Amino acid sequence: MSSVTPADAAELAEIVSRAAAEGAPLEIVAGGSKRGLGRFAPVARRLDISRLSGVIDYDPAELVLTARAATPLAEIAALLAGQRQMLAFEPPDWTALLGGTGAPTLGGVLAVNQSGPRRLKAGAARDHLLGFAAVNGLGQIWKAGARVVKNVTGYDMAKLQAGAFGTLSVLTEVSVKVLPRPETELTLLWPVADARAAVARMSAALNTPHEVSGAAYLPARGVVALRLEGPAPSVAHRAAALGGERLDEAASAALWHDIGAVLPVLGAHAEIWRLNPEPAAAPAVLAALHAHFPEGAAFLDWGGGLLWLGLPRANGGAVRTCLRGGHATLFAAPEDVRASADVFEPLPPPLAALTRRVKQGFDPLGILNPRRMYREF
Amino acid sequence: MILMPEPDATALARRAEIVSALRRIVPGEGVVDSETGLRAYECDALTAYRQMPMVAVLPSTTAQVAAVLSYCHENNIKVVPRGAGTSLSGGALPLADGVLLAMGKFNRVVEIDEANRCAVVQPGVTNLGISQAVKHLGLYYAPDPSSQIACTIGGNVAENSGGVHCLKYGLTTNNVLGVEIVTLEGEIIRLGGKHYDGPGYDLLGVVVGSEGMLGVVTEVTVRLLPIPPIARAVMIGFPSVEAAGDCVAAVIAAGIIPGGMEIMDKPAIAAAEAFVQAGYPLDVEALLIVELDGNEAEVDHLAAAVERIARAHGAVSVRTSASEEERLLFWAGRKAAFPAVGRLSPDYLCMDGTIPRKRIGEVLNRMKTMENEFGLRVANVFHAGDGNLHPLIMYDANIPGQLQAAEDFGAAILRLCVQMGGVLTGEHGVGIEKRDLMPEMFTQADMDQQQRLKCAFDDAGLLNPGKVFPMLCRCAELNRTHVHGDALRFPEIERF
Ligand SMILES: Cc1cc2nc3c(=O)[nH]c(=O)nc-3n(C[C@H](O)[C@H](O)[C@H](O)COP(=O)(O)OP(=O)(O)OC[C@H]3O[C@@H](n4cnc5c(N)ncnc54)[C@H](O)[C@@H]3O)c2cc1C
Repeated sequence: MSSVTPADAAELAEIVSRAAAEGAPLEIVAGGSKRGLGRFAPVARRLDISRLSGVIDYDPAELVLTARAATPLAEIAALLAGQRQMLAFEPPDWTALLGGTGAPTLGGVLAVNQSGPRRLKAGAARDHLLGFAAVNGLGQIWKAGARVVKNVTGYDMAKLQAGAFGTLSVLTEVSVKVLPRPETELTLLWPVADARAAVARMSAALNTPHEVSGAAYLPARGVVALRLEGPAPSVAHRAAALGGERLDEAASAALWHDIGAVLPVLGAHAEIWRLNPEPAAAPAVLAALHAHFPEGAAFLDWGGGLLWLGLPRANGGAVRTCLRGGHATLFAAPEDVRASADVFEPLPPPLAALTRRVKQGFDPLGILNPRRMYREF
Repeated sequence: MILMPEPDATALARRAEIVSALRRIVPGEGVVDSETGLRAYECDALTAYRQMPMVAVLPSTTAQVAAVLSYCHENNIKVVPRGAGTSLSGGALPLADGVLLAMGKFNRVVEIDEANRCAVVQPGVTNLGISQAVKHLGLYYAPDPSSQIACTIGGNVAENSGGVHCLKYGLTTNNVLGVEIVTLEGEIIRLGGKHYDGPGYDLLGVVVGSEGMLGVVTEVTVRLLPIPPIARAVMIGFPSVEAAGDCVAAVIAAGIIPGGMEIMDKPAIAAAEAFVQAGYPLDVEALLIVELDGNEAEVDHLAAAVERIARAHGAVSVRTSASEEERLLFWAGRKAAFPAVGRLSPDYLCMDGTIPRKRIGEVLNRMKTMENEFGLRVANVFHAGDGNLHPLIMYDANIPGQLQAAEDFGAAILRLCVQMGGVLTGEHGVGIEKRDLMPEMFTQADMDQQQRLKCAFDDAGLLNPGKVFPMLCRCAELNRTHVHGDALRFPEIERF
C-alpha cells in the first residue's frame, strides 16, 4: 500500500494524470471515516487528500460557505454554530456505524450524499452543494456551479458529484448552502400499536402545514417521534395543534442525533441495510422483512422513506426481495461480504448501461475508486 | 446576434419522406407540416429569434415518443422538444432542419398519491394545473414561476425553473422526485420515483435543468407540500436600492427565511402601479415585498421582526397586509411587472443573472450608468432573497440597431454579474440567449466535462443542438482524447 498526499489541487491533478497514464487506480481518502462504506475493492495506491483542508470563504448573510474538500466537518459545524447557522441536511454521525477511525470531512459527506433526519424537509446533502472544483479521472481540473444560491448555468453537475462515492472526479473545493439554525425545537412522541399505525400517523402529520422536520418510528419503544423546529411561538402553536407527549429541546436534540447515528437505536448487528421504500409502502416492507428475518431489527425515519435494518448474519441479498419499488443498500458489513455482494441496488439494464457511459465520461480509464460502487467498473 | 448551426441539406432534401415516416408513427393530426400550422411554433418567449421547424410532431404516448426519437436517431435528424414555449432563453427555438417535438398532448394528471405526498403527471400539464388538481387535499406544488398558468412541468424540469417562493421551498430540482425520460436512441428510462434518493448516480439531478438536451421527459413525479395556513406580505419602501438590498441581507442574517423577498426599482414600480394600481408608493427608489407564510403565530412573530429590521434600515414606508385581498394586491403589481413594462416599450429583453446579495446595490447602480452607455432604459424586478436579478431592457425592434444594443447591454450586465461572483442565469436557462457567454463562467475544460455528460445520453448530439454550449458537441473527439494520456490539447475549437 503506497500513499500520496498532494498539497493542493494542482499537485493532485498531476498525480491523477500520472496514474491515468500508468493505468494505476487510486483510492481517494480524506478523513478515512467512510472507508467502510460501499463495495470492498482494495486498491494498492491511496490518494490522501487530507491536506486540501481549510475554509476559504464564509459570509453568513450570503448563506454560502466555501471550503477545501477535506476540511473536517467538525470545524465547519463549529464555525457555522458560531453564527447560529447549520448544514440543513443534518449530516449524521456514522463513525460507530461504519467502524471508522478518521474524522469526517465536508467532501466525504457530499461524496456519499450523507443526509440526516431533516432530509425529509430540507433536502439531501446534494441539494446543498452549490458548486465545486474537481479533478476528473484524466487529471483535468474542472469546475461547475458557483457560490450563489440560485444558478442554472449549465448542467447541474453538483447533483451528480454528490453521491458518486468519488468514482467520477476528486472534489477539491466545495461551496455549500447553509441555513439559519432554528431558534428552538421539540419532539412529540406518540405511542403506536404497529408499523401501519405509525406510518399513518407520520403521513397525517406530514400532510398538515405544521412543518414537521423529523418523523421516525421506533418499534422497540413503540412510538412515533415528530420533530418541530422554528421560532418559539410557532413551535408552541404547532405542538399544541399536533398533541402528544413532549420532549424538550435537549432531549429532542439527543433523540435525533441517535436516530441519525443509527446504532444507538438499532443496536449492533452483523449486517446493516439501508432501504429507501416508498414511504407509504414501509409497513408492507417491514412485514415482509419480518417474515423473512424474524431475528432482524428495524426502524423507520423520513416518515417511512428510510428503513434501517439490522441482521445477525449475511443474507445473500434476500433483503431486496422484500422491497417493491425503492431500493436497498448494504450499509455496514464485513469486508468479505462487501467484496462479493451487490452493495448498491443493481440497476435495470438500460440504466446500468447509461450509468457506465456516464462513468466513462469522467473517468474513462477507471482510475478513481474502481469497483467501489459497481462490480464492473 | 446569435447564430445557429448550418441546416443539414440532406435532411431538408428528405423532408417529404421524413414527414410520411413520422405520420406512420403518429397518425392523423399529430404531424404538422403546413406553413400555417408550423407558424405556431416558430419562437418561444425570446421572440427576437424565430425559425420555422422542418416539421412538428405531437405525440400522445411514450411509445410514440420513443419511436419518433429512434427514427430520428437512425436517420440523423435533429429534435427540439417543446412544452408551452414560454422559455425566455430560446431553449425551445426550432431548427430549420429539425423535428419539433411538441409535448402538449401529454396533459394528464396520472396519479395523486396523498400517502406518499406526491403526484405523477405528464409533462404537458401546466405548473398551476398540478396545484389545482391537488388543492382539495390541502396540498400544492411549490415552485411557482410567474408564467405558471401557461408553462408546463416538462418545461420546468428542463429549465429547473424557480419562482417567487423558491427562496424557502426550492427550485424545481428540489421538488421533483422522479422522471421517465426517452433518450434520443429511443430508450425509456426511469430515474427516481416516489422514494427518496434513487440508487447510483443522481441522473435525475442532471436531467432537471438539462434544457431538453439529455432526454425527452415523458412523466414527472412531483413532491407535494401542505398549503401554509396563512401568508402575509410586508410592503416596504426605501429611499435607495442599497438600503433595500441591505434590509434583505439583514432579514436573512436574523435567521428568517421568508416565503419570498422581491425588490422592484423605481421604473418597475411606476410601470406596475400604472398597470394594476396596487397602491405602491411612487416616491421611493425601491420597493421590497417580503412574504411570510406558515401558522398565524409564526407569521405575526416574523412580520413584526421584519418590520423592525426594515425601519432600522431606513424604510420610509412599511405596510403589512391585513387581509388575503390586500396581500394579493401587493403581489399583483409584482406579478404583472413584465406585461407592465411591455406597455411602456414595444419590446424588452428579460435578463436573469444571479449575484451575491451583498452586491445588489452596487450592481443596480452600475446598471444605471450603463443605461447611458447603451442608450436604453432598464426596469428591475428581482428575486432579492436569492440575489436573482431580472433587468428588463426596453427596446424597439423596429428601430435599426436597437435589438443589437439591447443584446449588448444584456451581455454587459451578465458579464458584470459574473465579475461580482455571480452567474449568467438563475432560473431561465442558457438556451441560445446566453450561449455565447458561457466562456465568461467556464473554461474549455469545464465545458468539455459537461459535454462528456451529454455524450453519455446523446452520443450523436441530435437532441436540441445549438443550445447552451457555444460549440457543437463533439463526442467522438472527446472520447478519443483519453487515448493520448495527458496530451490533451485541442485544436482551436470552432464556435458558431
Ligand atoms: C411572462 C413570463 C414569466 C416567467 N416567469 C418565470 C419565473 O418566474 N421563473 C422561471 O423560472 N421562469 C419563468 N419564465 C420562463 C419559462 O416560463 C420557464 O422557463 C418554463 O419552465 C418554460 O416552460 P415551457 O413549458 O414553456 O417550456 P418551453 O419554453 O416549451 O421549453 C423550455 C425548454 O424545455 C425543453 N422542454 C420542454 N418540454 C420538454 C420535455 N417534455 N422534455 C424535455 N425537454 C423539454 C425545451 O426543449 C426547451 O429547452 C417566465 C416566462 C414568461 C414568458
